[in-house]
Amino acid sequence: MSLDVLWFILIAVLYTGYFVLEGFDYGVGMLMPFLGKNDEQRRLIINSIGPFWDGNEVWLLTAGGATFAAFPNWYATLFSGFYLALFLMLLALIGRGVAFEFRSKVDSQAWRNTWDWVIFTGSLLPALLWGVALANLMQGVPIDAQMNFTGNFFTLLSPYTVVGGLSMVLMFALHGALFLSLRTVGELQVRARQTARRVGMWTTIVMFVFVLLSYFFTDMFTKIGVDPGPVPVLAGLVLISVAFFIRVKKDGWAFAMTSVTIVLSTATIFLGLFPRVMVSSTNPAWSLTIYNASSSHYTLTVMTIVAFSLVPIVLAYQIWTYWVFRKRLQPGGHLDY
Amino acid sequence: MLQVLLDRWQFGVTTVYHFLFVPLTIGLIFLIAVMESIYVASGNEDYKKMAKFWGNLFLINFAVGVVTGIMQEFQFGMNWSNYSRFVGDVFGAPLAVEALAAFFLESTFLGIWVFGWDRVSKRVHLTAVWMVAFGTTLSAFWILAANAFMQEPVGYVLRHGRAEMDSFGALLINPQLWVEFPHVWFAALSTATFFVAGISAYYILRGRSKKIFMNSFKIAVSFGLVGSVLVAVVGHEQAQHLVTAQPMKMAASEALWNTSAEHASWNLLAGIDQASHRNTFQVQVPYALSILAYNHPYGKVEGINQLQAQYVQKYGPGNYIPPVWITFYTFRIMVLAGVVMILLALYGVYLMLRDKLEGHRKYYKWMIWAIALPYIGNTTGWIMTEIGRQPWAVFGLLKTANGDSPTVGPALVWTTLIGFALVYGILAVVDVYLLVKNIKMGPDGEDLAHRRALEDGVGAVI
Repeated sequence: MSLDVLWFILIAVLYTGYFVLEGFDYGVGMLMPFLGKNDEQRRLIINSIGPFWDGNEVWLLTAGGATFAAFPNWYATLFSGFYLALFLMLLALIGRGVAFEFRSKVDSQAWRNTWDWVIFTGSLLPALLWGVALANLMQGVPIDAQMNFTGNFFTLLSPYTVVGGLSMVLMFALHGALFLSLRTVGELQVRARQTARRVGMWTTIVMFVFVLLSYFFTDMFTKIGVDPGPVPVLAGLVLISVAFFIRVKKDGWAFAMTSVTIVLSTATIFLGLFPRVMVSSTNPAWSLTIYNASSSHYTLTVMTIVAFSLVPIVLAYQIWTYWVFRKRLQPGGHLDY
Repeated sequence: MLQVLLDRWQFGVTTVYHFLFVPLTIGLIFLIAVMESIYVASGNEDYKKMAKFWGNLFLINFAVGVVTGIMQEFQFGMNWSNYSRFVGDVFGAPLAVEALAAFFLESTFLGIWVFGWDRVSKRVHLTAVWMVAFGTTLSAFWILAANAFMQEPVGYVLRHGRAEMDSFGALLINPQLWVEFPHVWFAALSTATFFVAGISAYYILRGRSKKIFMNSFKIAVSFGLVGSVLVAVVGHEQAQHLVTAQPMKMAASEALWNTSAEHASWNLLAGIDQASHRNTFQVQVPYALSILAYNHPYGKVEGINQLQAQYVQKYGPGNYIPPVWITFYTFRIMVLAGVVMILLALYGVYLMLRDKLEGHRKYYKWMIWAIALPYIGNTTGWIMTEIGRQPWAVFGLLKTANGDSPTVGPALVWTTLIGFALVYGILAVVDVYLLVKNIKMGPDGEDLAHRRALEDGVGAVI
């Protein structure tokens, strides 16, 4: 396997890690104002992701950094092209990050309501924007011969890409509701499960609509034909199984299944793109590929050594923290956030 | 041209702002780790309380540092896409390693530290705080490896119309990195020590939780002396390195228009007339510039005019002179802040050794105001080093003016510049409000309500 291909896979893995992990904490953030009926419940909800969310977000930072290092042209085109979208996402992430820390520091309803709003928006917006962005990546965007994006913010918005955004929001909300059902007890757990069931139905419907639309709005059909292959089909089947696991109250299994759905969906997108990383809708020849966007062989070799020595260590201690904080949060206990 | 100007303002504003929070993060977590180590070794609960109190302030500060850091990683691609394409092969690597090696470490173990007081053993908890401290230092190392490449590009070849890495090792042993990294690290330590000392002074003056804050103060002043002296020593080495690596920055930071005599005098102050390449007045210290540049009272230092002529020959026509007055005065303000810090720390350690700290109210009052000094030093230091490198983004390789994103346009940069400035402004207000509130509440904040109830009870009886 050439290093370009290996790094395409590694970056796909990093984005997958980001979507699976931060996906649930975005979901928890979106659901927090609705599921938390009083301040203690809201604090319980926020504390359920307390020790994790920041580590989850680093998956995004690492994906960004790795894109810069391994595919500088991809990084440059994507970040300068999706400019306003990234700006909005940054504002959302900035607000959300400080909101978790600041919310509990002042004992005032107005203060906490304000930060609740920031957490809600700050969790919803990145999910929506990533959905829109991924749909655009699949569909292609105007890119000139110099690899520069020539559209604007509104080029990125179309019915198809908005459905993409919506399906990501719903997917993360479902994922988050299931995470909550694993971390809480009693009333909150029951409500999280109910929400998962309701959101789950809509997630399944919108995801299938999105897949269907993808046949018409992307080159998926011409590229692979009617049968999309095992990965997306399995993603669909796994998503359908979530409803079953919720009904039999196997929250852990249900959460595992949404995780698998996210992994397989992300894999589908990257498989669909390969070997392109940014599809040019202006002229297919101007698309960025893993070959014309990548770093030199030397840099990729160095980065491969670094990645293969550090990623296992990172995974080990991140898994360990999930183990340390495996106990459900009980009402009436001490809350840090 | 307008766009590059806006891009630069955005980079300047967001980076200076980000770096208001970073040094305190790096230095304070180190001090907290020291405090918790004392707690674990001695079992003295006061040190646990101490670590928790400073930990609270650390978290408020850290939150803003983290979220503004995301912007730092993204804006190279957003506003500087040509830069990213040109140097990404070299420059991207340390950024990726920073995320992989440092960000994961600090965020994950901070989670353990904050939420794990009752969930993990004392030793594991202590290990966690040291891991966070190690992570923040590692983060500084990698991002400065990237910055050092911009100051002094090494380990690359020009190939395929861009800079490609040909030695990762060279990036890591870049001489610029090894003066810059310790300078920044000791500056961070000094920042935290003056922060801790100043806030402890506030408590000592009010006679609140005296034992905890006397001990905090002593820890802070001791490390403060080490930090502020070493930041100056390493800074001096950095200046000497500048003479060979970036002589133009050196000349500009000294307002030295023409190459000096064998015994170079140092301009303490100067009136700078950049248009006609001369100083309207100057207050000089004989021999001092030679000492600054070579550590000896002799040695010529090259002047701006001569360097400009050399650079025109080497790089083609153009203006290679950075804004001299900014470089000159930010350097002096930084040095002044550093010198005052050394004196204050020296005096504090002197008082401590003679056991006279108790009751020296004036000194404590100074130390409250002195919290501002490291912030002034850090900010002017970075402005000097980045402005002094202009017109280059990467010295000798890529001019700042050629690094922007060709299809973004000034309107969008205006939008994000104003947007970030607004949000950052609000964040600053909230952050300071919360810090002040937490400081006033004190280490016993949690039992404060309880104590009030007790006092009220006592009052009713009397």
